[in-house]
Amino acid sequence: MSPYLFYPLACLTIAGALGVVLNNNPVRSALSLVATLFLLAVYYIALQAHLVAALQIIVYAGAVMVLFLFVITLLNLSPDPADRTSPLFGAAALGSALLLAVVLGRALWATTLPGAANTPLPEGFGTTVVLARQLFSEYLVAFELTSILLLVAVVGAVVLAKRDPSPADMDAPAPGREA
Amino acid sequence: MVTPNHYLALSAVLFAIGSIGVVVRRNLVIIFMSVELMLNAANLAFVAVAYGRGLMSGQSIVFFVMTVAAAEAAVGLAVILAMFRNRQTVNADDIALLRW
Amino acid sequence: MEWLIAGVKCLLVILLVLQLSALMLWVERKGAALIQNRIGANRANLLGIFPVNLGFTNTLIADPVKMFTKEDYVPDGADKFIHSLAPFLALFPAIITFAAIPFGDTIELAGRSIELRAVGIDVGILYISATVAMGVYGVVLAGWASNNRWALLGSIRGTAQMISYELAMGLAVVSCVLLYGTLDLQDMVRQQGQMLFGWLPAWGVVYQQLAFILIFTAGMAESKRVPFDIPEAESELVAGYFTEYSGGKQASFMLADFAEVVMVAGLVTTLFFGGWQIPYLSSQGLALPGMAVITVSPLLVSLLQVAAFLVKVLFFCWLQVLVRWTVPRFRYDQLMNLGWKAMMPIALLNVFVTALAILLFGEVA
Repeated sequence: MSPYLFYPLACLTIAGALGVVLNNNPVRSALSLVATLFLLAVYYIALQAHLVAALQIIVYAGAVMVLFLFVITLLNLSPDPADRTSPLFGAAALGSALLLAVVLGRALWATTLPGAANTPLPEGFGTTVVLARQLFSEYLVAFELTSILLLVAVVGAVVLAKRDPSPADMDAPAPGREA
Repeated sequence: MVTPNHYLALSAVLFAIGSIGVVVRRNLVIIFMSVELMLNAANLAFVAVAYGRGLMSGQSIVFFVMTVAAAEAAVGLAVILAMFRNRQTVNADDIALLRW
Repeated sequence: MEWLIAGVKCLLVILLVLQLSALMLWVERKGAALIQNRIGANRANLLGIFPVNLGFTNTLIADPVKMFTKEDYVPDGADKFIHSLAPFLALFPAIITFAAIPFGDTIELAGRSIELRAVGIDVGILYISATVAMGVYGVVLAGWASNNRWALLGSIRGTAQMISYELAMGLAVVSCVLLYGTLDLQDMVRQQGQMLFGWLPAWGVVYQQLAFILIFTAGMAESKRVPFDIPEAESELVAGYFTEYSGGKQASFMLADFAEVVMVAGLVTTLFFGGWQIPYLSSQGLALPGMAVITVSPLLVSLLQVAAFLVKVLFFCWLQVLVRWTVPRFRYDQLMNLGWKAMMPIALLNVFVTALAILLFGEVA
């Protein structure tokens, strides 16, 4: 990726992340997160991870964030002044986050990774075929467990979000039952 | 020249910003979104290292992280909905029954 | 030079989608009139001489002028930024979906070979699923930003409908991917150029009839057209989730609706009806079964193939208009039952049967 593309996009990504954290309105916060996830998908394409980029948009930006927006609109959340902690706490949090960023950033910057400039990538890197082959051979157990996890999550979400039927609801026939 | 280390540094910054969100904000949904931001920062780190070392394992792990995050988002939002029905608030300071 | 060619191709595709959407507006109104045994819009004409009974002036000139010169307001207490963002988020994914759809074979012009598709995406089918998933945001935000509880209700129903039918469509697409063994759309179209038994073109519909019906139906449900248009419900609710929109923003929503019609037609053509393939005609020439090969110039073949693609897309657009004005709309619970209890299990069954058939009889290509 050329530096002329990377640095502006990186600034936009950081702006999006700050928008998630600092926005008062939850809907705008969710939209900032959608924009950040989109930009991350652009990075994945630049890093030769095409399938992961497509999945990021389909799963994260296209389903999980829609779920977030759904919940925000259902709960009718509006900007709330009691949303922030005290300024002292906020300053302490900012300080420790800066420390985290500096320490983590320096550690990660100093790692030696042979980039694609030195060693060529393996054949078919990032394609669906290679990823699928690895998922079904090396990580097969994790793959099957993930499917069970998703089933559990679906059942759990439906049970948790279900409204308890009140006695009045029990007597009246359900709508559309005769249809 | 943009090396994978640039992407790793970006992922560190995104992770730190997400951690600010978790600590400072009191709205449960926004805390949840900051956690998703941290997960995505970790995904970016995985993909960058996979590119840097030429290993596909990084992308497989990202696949699993995405799946688990989606499942977690579904269940977590259902919990938030149930909580809102009981207490009519999503402010983390008001839902403090188990605190000392 | 590469950038110029890529830019021209993208511009061509965007203009194609926009022109077809505008044309669909006219087809919709006149087609509805024909089916309902009336004449349709024909009152406006230019300077008294432009053809009166065809209705061109009404739909293609007067209507857009009216829509874009109407007053554009944001309701009281609504979030202004999101109110203006929602039509953009509805229109943008509907147009960029066409970037992955190939409208012709690779042609040789002035010594360089140009692929006739906007962008060479190797995960083409997933890209289309992704952009269809992004189309949901316009609906959610439109209802929220209207500060109107009926619009919110309409948008929640619309969102639930769209994400339910995305599931059936995705599973039907999986069975197509199993059939062709690739995610790349150009590759899928090329594989449909083969001949079965020497005379039958191996189009997708020959192998996967059920997937075709599923994708066509789920595509119509995604674009919230009748019989799935309970979120809009023109004769019952005012306009559902875009009640509080007028002028250019409403025009954007309408345009997004027709762009999705064109998109579904393009997708169905590419997956099941051979895309740009004309049976028996390839770059070698016309090869009718049992006859000698008649050589045809490759450039003429390419032009004919692009024309064939357009004809097929127009046919499926017309088919969607026909279905719209023939079938009454579903009730909301019937709609959701159909999506979750009927189409999704059938799509899953289709995937299993396809996989079993491939295991027993070997792959297509």
